[in-house]
Amino acid sequence: MRAPYDPRLPLDGLTRRTFLRASGVVGAGALLTGLAGCSWTDITKAATDNPLPAGTPILVMVTMYGGNDWLNTVIPVSNPAYHDARPEMSYSHDEVLALDDVTGLNPGLKNLSQLWSAKKVGIVRGVGYPQPDRSHFRSMDIWQTASPSTPLTTGWLGRWLDAAGSPEPLLGLSIGPVLPVLAVGATKTFAALSVKEKSNEPLVTAMAALGKSDPTDSEAARLVASSYAAVGTVREEVVQHLGDVSLPDEVTDDGSLKSQLLTVAACIKLGAPTRCYSVSMGGFDTHAGEKATQSQLLSAFDGAIQSFRTAMSGHSRETDVVLVAYSEFGRRVQANASQGTDHGTAGDVIVVSDRVAPGFHGDQPSLTDLDQGDLKASQDFRSLYSELLSKVLGADPSPVVGSGTTPTSILR
Amino acid sequence: MADQSWQRTARVMRRAAWGVTGTAVDAAAASVGAWVDDALSASPDPGATKTPPPTFAAVPDVPKNATKEQRQARNDVVRQQGDQLVTWWLTRMLTATRPVPERITFGWHQHWATSITKVRNAPLMLRQNELLRTYGLGSVTDLAKRMVMDPALMIWLDAEKNTKAAPNENLARELMELFLLGVGGGYTETDVKQSARALSGWKVADDGAVSRDAKRSDPGPETVLGVSGVNDPLTLVDAILAAPAHPRHVATRWWQHLASSEAPAADLLDRLLVAYGPSRDARALFRAILLDPSFASAASSLVMSPLEWVVGSMRTLDVPVTTDAVKQAVATLRNLGQVPFLPPNVSGWPSGASWVSTAAAHTRVTAAVRLSKAADLSTIANASADSRIDAVAHLLALDHFTDRTRAALALAKGDPAQLVATALISPDYLVV
Repeated sequence: MRAPYDPRLPLDGLTRRTFLRASGVVGAGALLTGLAGCSWTDITKAATDNPLPAGTPILVMVTMYGGNDWLNTVIPVSNPAYHDARPEMSYSHDEVLALDDVTGLNPGLKNLSQLWSAKKVGIVRGVGYPQPDRSHFRSMDIWQTASPSTPLTTGWLGRWLDAAGSPEPLLGLSIGPVLPVLAVGATKTFAALSVKEKSNEPLVTAMAALGKSDPTDSEAARLVASSYAAVGTVREEVVQHLGDVSLPDEVTDDGSLKSQLLTVAACIKLGAPTRCYSVSMGGFDTHAGEKATQSQLLSAFDGAIQSFRTAMSGHSRETDVVLVAYSEFGRRVQANASQGTDHGTAGDVIVVSDRVAPGFHGDQPSLTDLDQGDLKASQDFRSLYSELLSKVLGADPSPVVGSGTTPTSILR
Repeated sequence: MADQSWQRTARVMRRAAWGVTGTAVDAAAASVGAWVDDALSASPDPGATKTPPPTFAAVPDVPKNATKEQRQARNDVVRQQGDQLVTWWLTRMLTATRPVPERITFGWHQHWATSITKVRNAPLMLRQNELLRTYGLGSVTDLAKRMVMDPALMIWLDAEKNTKAAPNENLARELMELFLLGVGGGYTETDVKQSARALSGWKVADDGAVSRDAKRSDPGPETVLGVSGVNDPLTLVDAILAAPAHPRHVATRWWQHLASSEAPAADLLDRLLVAYGPSRDARALFRAILLDPSFASAASSLVMSPLEWVVGSMRTLDVPVTTDAVKQAVATLRNLGQVPFLPPNVSGWPSGASWVSTAAAHTRVTAAVRLSKAADLSTIANASADSRIDAVAHLLALDHFTDRTRAALALAKGDPAQLVATALISPDYLVV
C-alpha cells in the first residue's frame, strides 16, 4: 500500500515528471504556465459578474487515487470465479447491497445503493485502455492525459479549456492546492481553490507586488511570482456581500472528499461560472488487509457524495450536475497472500446524476478469460470522455480525445 | 558588488546546505571546491552530538481480546513516539553544525520515501533514518542492500505479505520503478513478478529483526533482468544494480533534487556517471553534481521545498531553536504538506514547481512573519534606510534582488521584520 493519500498532494509533480522524462518529453515546469490560484473571494465576484446561465450542465470529476478494487466495489456476487479467486476477501450475497440478481454494491456504499434505486446512478463497466500499464503513476497519467500510447504534456480537461477559448478564468476549477495533470492545458489551466484560506493576512500588499513578473525571472521564479498574482485581484469589499451562500460550516481544512465536494456545492449554488470541477480522494492502493480498509474508504466516498447531494438538494442547479468517479486501474482478480490485491487493469466508472441513463453500461469483463491474471477492458475510457465532452461540456470531443472515439450513451 | 565566484559559491551553498548567510559565502568564496569537500566529509558534528536521537520505550502489542480503550491507549503511545521522532529530526536539522550530510539524509528519505502512517513504529523509522545517514555518503550498493532488508521499508511495502503461495509485488515493483531503475528502466512485468518471488517469505519481528521463512519463500532461483541465479534480496539487488538504467536513474534523481528540475543533458550525465563509477559512490556523485560547470551556470530553476524553506530560513535567521519554535515549524510543515517521516506516498513529495502551484502562499506568509519576529535583526535595523535592502540580500546569501522584489521590499523598508518576511517569501529567495 502506498501511504494514505493526502489530497493536498495528488500524485502529480514528481510522478508526472518521471513519466514525461522517461518518455523524452519536456519537464513539468513548463506545464504549469499560466497557473492561477484563486480565492473564495474571486469566486463570489465571478459568480456576481458572470454567473453560469441557468440549466448549464456541470461536470464534477472525482479522481480516486491508488487504483480502486472495482471487483469488490461493484461485486459479481453470483459468479463462482469471483469467490474462487479471492476466497478470504470476497463478499457474500448477504453482505452486498443488491443491484440486480447477480451484482451487488460494497456494503460501504449505502447512499449510492439508494441513489441506484432512485435511478440516479449509471455504472460503466470494464473501462480501460489497450496494453494496460500497472504503474500507478503511468496509468493515472494515461487516464488524465487521455493518451495511452503517446505521452502528452496536457490533460484532457486542460485541452478542453484550450479549445473552449473562453476568457473566463474560472471555467475549470480544481479544489485543493495542487493541480492534477488532467486540469493542465497547453495555454490554460484550471484555477485552484484551496479551502484553507484566511482573510486579513499580513503582507497582502507585498504579495501583490511580488506577484508581478520581472524580466530576469527564471521559469521557477515566474511560477512563484504567479502564485502571488491572484492576491492582487482580491477585492475585499466583495466579502462583505457574500449573502446567504458562503462556505458551509462543515467545510473544514481536512482536505477530505466531503469538504471538497461541499466546496463545489457552495460554488455551484453561488452561480460560479465554472463548468467543470476536479476533486479527489486517495488511499485506494489496498495491497493488504483490503476488505476492511476499502470498505471504510468507500464509506467515506459514499458519505461525501451524500453530503454533496444533500447540499444541492432542492436547488435549481441540482439536476444540472453530473458527477463522475474513476480510478487509474482496477486490481488483480486473484487476491494476494495478504488479503489484498495487486495492481490490475480495467475497472468501472460511476456516474451520479439526474441526467444519467440509469443502470449498467457495457459488459463486465470475464473473470476467467484473463490477460496475465487481469481483466480485459470491454470499453475505452476515451469514449466515456467523448460523451462527457459532448453532452455535459457542450464541446467537440475531437480536439481533446481525437476523432476516433464514439461517445457512449450514458447520459440522457 | 558580488563577483562571479561569490555568485557561484552562493548558489552551490544555498542548494547543498540549509541556512546559508552572505557571511558564510564570503568565507567560502575563495574555493568552493574546498567548501564542498569539507561539507561532504565525515568530520565530527558537535551540533549533532548535542541532539542525540530519542530512545523509545517498547510498545507491546495488545492482546487479541484487548478492549477498545487498551487499543486506543496503545495507539496514543505510537502516535506520541511518532511526534517525538519528527520533532527530533527537525531539531537535528536546525542544530547540526554541518547541515549538508543532514540534507543528504533527507534527500535519501525523499528517494526511499517511507511513511510512519503505515509503519506505525517510531523505533523502526529511526533505524531507517540512521541507516540513510550512515550510508548516505557511501556506496549505494551498501545502502540498497541494507534498505531492501530494512524493517520499516519492508512493512511499508508489504514485504512480509509476499509469499510463495501468493506473491505481493509491492516492494519488487518499487525497487525497480522508484528506487533503483526508474520508470522505463528496461524491466518488464515478468521481471517484477520474478523479483517478487526472490523477495518472498520474509518476516519482521517485533524488535525489527528480519528473517526468511523457508516454508513461505519461493526456492528459486529466478532470472531477473537477464541475470540468473537470483534467489534472495541481496542477489536481487545485485541484478538490479547491474542494469544500465541504475546509475542514470540515481544520477538523474539527485541532479533534479539538487540542481534543476530538468533532466541532465547527455554530456553532463556522462560526467556524473564517471564520478558515480562502478563502486556506486554517492559522495563522488554529489561532489560531481555540485562542482559541475553547468550546476551554477544553469538558470535558476529549483523551487525550495517547504522543508528546505522552513529549515533554511530558521538557520539563516538564527531563530532560537526552542521547543515552541520547533513545534510551530512542524505545524507550518504540516500545513505546507511536507512533514519528515510522512511522505504522501512511496514516490516521495512532489518536487519543485508543485509547491508553488499551491494556495500555500498564506501559510508561508504567516510563517515568514513569525520567523522574522523571532529573529535578531539588529544588523538590518542598524543599517541605514538606503542600504537595508542590500543588507537583507547579503543576510540571505543573494547577490541581488530583482527590480520587482526591490519594489516590494521598499514597501516594508521601515519595519525590519516585515522587510525580512517579504524577502523570505520572494521568488528571488524561494528559487535556488
